[in-house]
Amino acid sequence: MDLRADHITHRYGDMTVLEDVSLDIPAGEILCIIGPSGCGKSTLLRLLGGLEEPSAGQVLQLGTPPMGCLNPLTYVFQDFALLPWRTVEGNVSLVLEDHRLERHAAEAIIDDVLTRTKLADFRRALPRQLSGGMKQRVAIARALAVNPAVMLLDEPLSALDAQTRELLMDDLITLWSRQPFTGVYVTHNLAEAVRLGHRIVVLSRRPGRVRDVIEVPMDLTDRRPGMAELERLQAQLWQMMRDEALAADQELADV
Amino acid sequence: MSDGTARPVRFRGGGFRPTARRGMGVIVFVVLIALIEWGTRAGWISNLTLPRPSDVARTFIDLWNTGLLFQHLTPSITRLIVGGLMGISAGIGIGILIGLFSYARAGLVPLVAAIFPIPKIALLPLFVIWFGIDEGSKYALIALGTFTPTIVATYGAVDNVDRTLIRMGQSFGLSWFSIVRKIVLPGALPGILSGMRVSVAIGIILLVAAEMLGAEFGVGAYILQAGALYDLERLFAGVVILSVLGVVTSWMIGQAEKRLLRWRS
Repeated sequence: MDLRADHITHRYGDMTVLEDVSLDIPAGEILCIIGPSGCGKSTLLRLLGGLEEPSAGQVLQLGTPPMGCLNPLTYVFQDFALLPWRTVEGNVSLVLEDHRLERHAAEAIIDDVLTRTKLADFRRALPRQLSGGMKQRVAIARALAVNPAVMLLDEPLSALDAQTRELLMDDLITLWSRQPFTGVYVTHNLAEAVRLGHRIVVLSRRPGRVRDVIEVPMDLTDRRPGMAELERLQAQLWQMMRDEALAADQELADV
Repeated sequence: MSDGTARPVRFRGGGFRPTARRGMGVIVFVVLIALIEWGTRAGWISNLTLPRPSDVARTFIDLWNTGLLFQHLTPSITRLIVGGLMGISAGIGIGILIGLFSYARAGLVPLVAAIFPIPKIALLPLFVIWFGIDEGSKYALIALGTFTPTIVATYGAVDNVDRTLIRMGQSFGLSWFSIVRKIVLPGALPGILSGMRVSVAIGIILLVAAEMLGAEFGVGAYILQAGALYDLERLFAGVVILSVLGVVTSWMIGQAEKRLLRWRS
């Protein structure tokens, strides 16, 4: 299933946050969205998954979601959004309970996703016992459990420290290489974008428009931190964003 | 900068963090009672001011031995449980409605604000006409008294449930009912339980008030009789029963919190 944003414009009151944004997200590809703060990246993601309605334009699902897909558009949130009163497996089973799966089918899914995210030993732990990185792995496991057609990742690594971020990036790449998923990955971290994106969309500052779309000409699994090509690409992206970011920063100071 | 002298850095953190100190509460009680006992025996507290604690204890033991204690305590506790359950369960229900539905909120919040400050005791004569002089009016009084604070605590607690968790539920396509049952209610539980502490305390106050205004048996009736006769020992024995009732109910809610809110750090 592909996802398409078709001439989306979004306003909060008088303020236009997104203007005429059109994007194509083909199946099996990770699309990164970067842009200066306040450019409407997260709003765009909420629009893509139907958590908000665009003021103009529409989001289209092209084709049918794959077999066994319980929730075609599935989010991974920046602050994990785990229920603190449920254990790791309880948090995963939460999203399966409404689908009237047979007991052993649900069990099998939970086993599978917890193994894939290396959480099998922590099934009965409560969120407060877990580190930030583990919490986000639980949230990723929960997203994988519904077998999504498109994963919508809203700065999933921004609440984590640099080392954990590096580990989780590897995990995401491993997950993708074993079973390619379609993803929209919003971030303000350029290093994440060049590591994880097949294509990178650069948004301008508010009102957000698509400034450029950049292909990363390298296989996801071949990328390593600190590679010269990636560094160059990252520098190029930064060059593109620098002035906008500066202007966006000044703009906030005026408000 | 370095001139050769070395001084240790003075510790200036610490404090502002009360920690559990076992037995301190008991010590305060014991010291206070011992002081009064000494004062009444030595004579610098007159017998008309305060009764001797040992006499109060003796009265209490008499109450126990004659079986009068439970004759008074059983109806009181029944009233508290029946009235409290009615008021608290209705309060939680209405509070959740106010927390979830804009129309319920717009319509009921002003009404609750209007009912809350009414001293419920003032309504007792009305309740006697409506529900009879017997148990009915007492249940109604306690129920109404616990109802309003429970509503306020509950909808406040529902308002405080993390919205990102609700968005998460929606994003996974959970049904409305599932979101309420699995996200909103557990999320509101800490606030509801701490509201119950207040509600139960108000319930005990109203219990005594209702029993003073027309009851043969009950802790309130017992205290009223003792007061009318200026029997300070019995009056204090009654007051001690109420204090114990308050401590026990508060402890029970504490236990419920420990069990139900184990997920909190």
